[in-house]
Amino acid sequence: MQRSFLFIILIITLMGCVSIPEQSIIKSPHSAAAYIQNKGSDTIVNLALAWAERYQTLHPEARISVTGGGTGTGIAALINKTVDIANASRQIKPEELAQAEAKGQKPVEFIVARDAIAVIVNPKNPVNQLTLQQISDIYSGKINNWSEVGGDNRPIVRLSRETNSGTHVYFLENVLRLGQKDNKTLFSTNTLLLPSSEGITAEVKDNPNAIGYDGLGYVTLDVKVIAVAKDLVGSYILPSAKTVNDNQYPIARDLYMYTASSPIGAIKDYLDWILSPEAQAIVTQLGFVPIVKP
Amino acid sequence: MNTSTTWSEYIITRLIKVTGYSAILFVVIIFYFLLNEGLPALGEVPINKLLSTRWYPIENYFGILPLIGGSIIVTLGAALFAMPIGLGTAIFIAEIAPRWAREILKPLVEVLGGLPSVVLGFLGILILSPDLRRLLNLPTGLTAFTGSLLLGGIALPTIVSVAEDALDAVPRSYRDAALALGATEWQTIWRVTLPAARSGVLTAFMLGIGRAIGETMTVMMVTGNAPVMPTGISAFFSPVRTMTATIAAEMGEVANGSVHYHVLFLIGITLFLISLAINITASTVVFRQRKRQERILS
Repeated sequence: MQRSFLFIILIITLMGCVSIPEQSIIKSPHSAAAYIQNKGSDTIVNLALAWAERYQTLHPEARISVTGGGTGTGIAALINKTVDIANASRQIKPEELAQAEAKGQKPVEFIVARDAIAVIVNPKNPVNQLTLQQISDIYSGKINNWSEVGGDNRPIVRLSRETNSGTHVYFLENVLRLGQKDNKTLFSTNTLLLPSSEGITAEVKDNPNAIGYDGLGYVTLDVKVIAVAKDLVGSYILPSAKTVNDNQYPIARDLYMYTASSPIGAIKDYLDWILSPEAQAIVTQLGFVPIVKP
Repeated sequence: MNTSTTWSEYIITRLIKVTGYSAILFVVIIFYFLLNEGLPALGEVPINKLLSTRWYPIENYFGILPLIGGSIIVTLGAALFAMPIGLGTAIFIAEIAPRWAREILKPLVEVLGGLPSVVLGFLGILILSPDLRRLLNLPTGLTAFTGSLLLGGIALPTIVSVAEDALDAVPRSYRDAALALGATEWQTIWRVTLPAARSGVLTAFMLGIGRAIGETMTVMMVTGNAPVMPTGISAFFSPVRTMTATIAAEMGEVANGSVHYHVLFLIGITLFLISLAINITASTVVFRQRKRQERILS
């Protein structure tokens, strides 16, 4: 209830199924069983919705329900067998894998799209570019004023997603800790943990002190995207489909779907379709990066 | 005919009795559930870790002090804001306002009480927090203070409504006697009516504070949710993370039966104990007063 405003819940009930005479359902159990529950990452939810809508117009016998809630929520639901496909913006954790295996599951991973994480600031902020090390120092609390990175004399207000977000975990591991396994850097305690992407965008839009991060698909025109360099010698790159595919933009990740075991029947058909050029074209439309060149 | 009446009466009495007892039963069941899910945390996380000041559950930092501090500071702010204004409004409605104004004000206050908290949170995030940031020149508008103002707004209708009822219940003769002895209207209100309605007013405060400390949605939206240990006055104008917001934000994600899950329930127990303490304090104060009043009257 408390987070339901975040969840974009879609249950498209195709009336076509109702009008199919009972006999035809018996004849083709394949299509009658095509009710797919899909839940997880808030980053992917819009993309998954677009896919589900398109797929259902192509295959009227399929019914797909898509829910958000965060990667952790989706994988927990997959382990508890309440969904067929979990959307994830990070890879499944070893603990989660162990839990799934304890329940006799063998989760299968599908890379369904790629995403760049854009670092955003207020348009009034004169800072245009940062290195990964600078972003890490800002979020860990070593840099506390914009003047230290070439901006105005203003305090830095750090914004992050909540800890149940796959984006948060990705950012912690690959930006704060610079991808180093033994690096134990943590977010500064005064990092604001906002429950939604919208919350971050709203605060960055309004507050010239703020810095935030968000999936590229969620960046609006009224915030400024920072160009990021891997290190001091590297060039500063703005995130886009091209720079992500060329592996130039340093904060890019794969987006995943997980099934509890090797998919069969309708779920397999759906996942195969998602990897097709047609479905990957939708990826581009929504601001994400396709894995198959359309 | 007669027997059917007694039968229906019998059933109705029983039904009412069952509903009455079920409330007790539910409280016991909920409390049992809380203890059952929360107490294992005490064994899984060393107590000095629980009483540390770092909350970052995905890396096994389970210090709940900043969360308790966050809840307390936001609730305290809300109480400081809502109690004087609420009492003032209640006095105005009950004692001073003309009849017609009273008939408009009372229902209006009650409508305010029915405002969904998520709507208030939305107003807070869009209007109050940007304005506060500009007005007070803060780094960010998502602070404990913003949360306090909104929570005060949520507690206000409860306080006004209950306190007004209490003031209204003071017998007319008290006021007449005071005025007849030459007291001014203010003296009557402050020295006679208010003390006579003290227990009701206190109940109003406690209900209001109880409403504020348990509120989740609004604080989650406007306080910034940064688990910083509040120290001193400046904490009031910086982001905090409350117990309720933590439970709401993290419960959806935790694996059933994990350490994090148990700690979240432990936070629930803490919250429950704090509310219980507030209620017990309130009722003992009220009870003690009643005894004294009875002594005086007898």
